[in-house]
Amino acid sequence: MRVVTTVNGTEQVADDVWPGESLLYLLRERLGLPGAKNACEQGECGSCTVHLDGEPVCACLVAAGQAIGRSVTTVEGLSGADGLHPVQQAFVEAGAVQCGFCTPGLVVMASDLLARVPRPTDPEIREALAGNLCRCTGYEKILDAVRLAASRQARP
Amino acid sequence: MDFLQPTTWGDALAARAERPDALAIAGGTDVMVDLNFDRRRPGALLDLTRIAELREWATDGDAVRLGAGVPYARVITDLGTQLPGLAMAARTVGSPQIRARGTVGGNLGSASPAGDAHPPLLAAGAQVEVASAARGARRVPVAEFYTGVKRSVLAPDELIAAVLVPRAAGPQQFCKVGTRNAMVIAVSAFALALHPDRHAVGTGIGSAAPTPRRAPEAEEFLAGELDWASRGPLPGTVAAEFGQRVAAAASPIDDVRGTAAYRRHSLAVMARRAATWAWDDLRRAA
Repeated sequence: MRVVTTVNGTEQVADDVWPGESLLYLLRERLGLPGAKNACEQGECGSCTVHLDGEPVCACLVAAGQAIGRSVTTVEGLSGADGLHPVQQAFVEAGAVQCGFCTPGLVVMASDLLARVPRPTDPEIREALAGNLCRCTGYEKILDAVRLAASRQARP
Repeated sequence: MDFLQPTTWGDALAARAERPDALAIAGGTDVMVDLNFDRRRPGALLDLTRIAELREWATDGDAVRLGAGVPYARVITDLGTQLPGLAMAARTVGSPQIRARGTVGGNLGSASPAGDAHPPLLAAGAQVEVASAARGARRVPVAEFYTGVKRSVLAPDELIAAVLVPRAAGPQQFCKVGTRNAMVIAVSAFALALHPDRHAVGTGIGSAAPTPRRAPEAEEFLAGELDWASRGPLPGTVAAEFGQRVAAAASPIDDVRGTAAYRRHSLAVMARRAATWAWDDLRRAA
C-alpha cells in the first residue's frame, strides 16, 4: 500500500506499507523521523504524541492508511530555523529532561496546550499532560517548564 | 491485509457486506492496540474516518443524533448542555490524545462492559442506529444492544451509524472509580438521569456485570420515592436504599482492577451520591 502524507510541511511518499501498520511505525521506520517514541503501543504513555490535522494523537493508535492525505506534525517539526521551540527551550532550562524518552510527547502536548490556552492554570496543565507518562522527573520540573514557557509567551 | 477506505456510507455498507473478514476502525484506540500486540490479524481494515456524515451530530426531534465517528473531544465541547451525562463520561475517557480519536460508536462497537459511554447512554434511554446494505437501517434500544462481554446485536454485515440520545430533561450525573483521574479503565461506573417530565429515573452500571446494564428495580424505587410535585429534600435513607438496590442489580467479578465486593460497595456509594447531587440540582433549578 502506498501512503502519501504531509509530514512537517513536506509531502512524503512511502511504498509497501503494511495496512495494519501504525502511523508511528511509518514515521520512525519508513520516514526516518525517530522523534516520536515507541513505548507502550497502546495509547497509555503519550511518548508517540504527534499532531494529525492539528489534533494531538497517539501515533501508535493511528493506522498508517488513516494518515493518507492528512497533515502530520512531529516533534521534529516544532523547532524552526531560529532554534528550539519555546517549550523545548523551557524544558532545557527548567531541568525537565532526564532520560528524555517521554520528552518529545510532552513537548508536543505542552505546545498544543499553550497554543490553545496561553495562560493555563495548574489543573489545566495537569489535565493536558495526563496522558503522558514520565518515570524520571516526578513531573515537577515538567510543570515548571510549562509554566516558564507560558510566562514567556504571555509577555508582550 | 487490505485497507478499505470508503468515502460514502453506501460504499462502507457495501464493503462491510462483501468483506466479512474486515475489521471496522474509526479512532483506532481499541483496534490498533489489538493489531500492535498481534492479537488480531483481520483480512482487511475498514477505515470509517473518511465518511463525513459519521463525524456529524444534529438535533433529531427530542434527541441528539450523534454520528458514530464523533470523537469524545467534540462530545465535551459541543454537547455538555444537551447530553450532560454523556459529556461527563467523555471527560473521563483516557487522555486528551485518546479523546481526540476515540468515538462513542467505537465504544459501542467494542461493547466492553467497561466502556465509559455505556452507563450514560443507558440512563438516558438512547437508541443505537445500525445499518446494512441488505436490510437498511434499524434502531436498537441501547439496553438491548449488549449481549455479552464484548458482544452486541450488531450483525456481521452491519455498521453502527449513530446513537440517538434523548436531550436531557433534567439533571444527569456520571461517576467512575479508578486508580487515578486520567487513563483509567473503570473499576466501576454509574450514570444517573432524572426525567422530571415523566417522573422517571434512568440508571446505567458499568464494569460490574458481563454487559453494561440498567438497574430497573432501583429506578422504579427512586422514582416512586422522589417528591416530584413539591421537590422536597431527598431523605438520606432513601438515597442509601437506592444505592443498595443499584448494587444489587450488578453481577460483578473479581479481576485485576478490583474485587466483586468492592465493585458492589462502590456502586452503592456512587448511586447514593449521584442521586443526591442530581436531586439537589433539580431542586435548585426549581
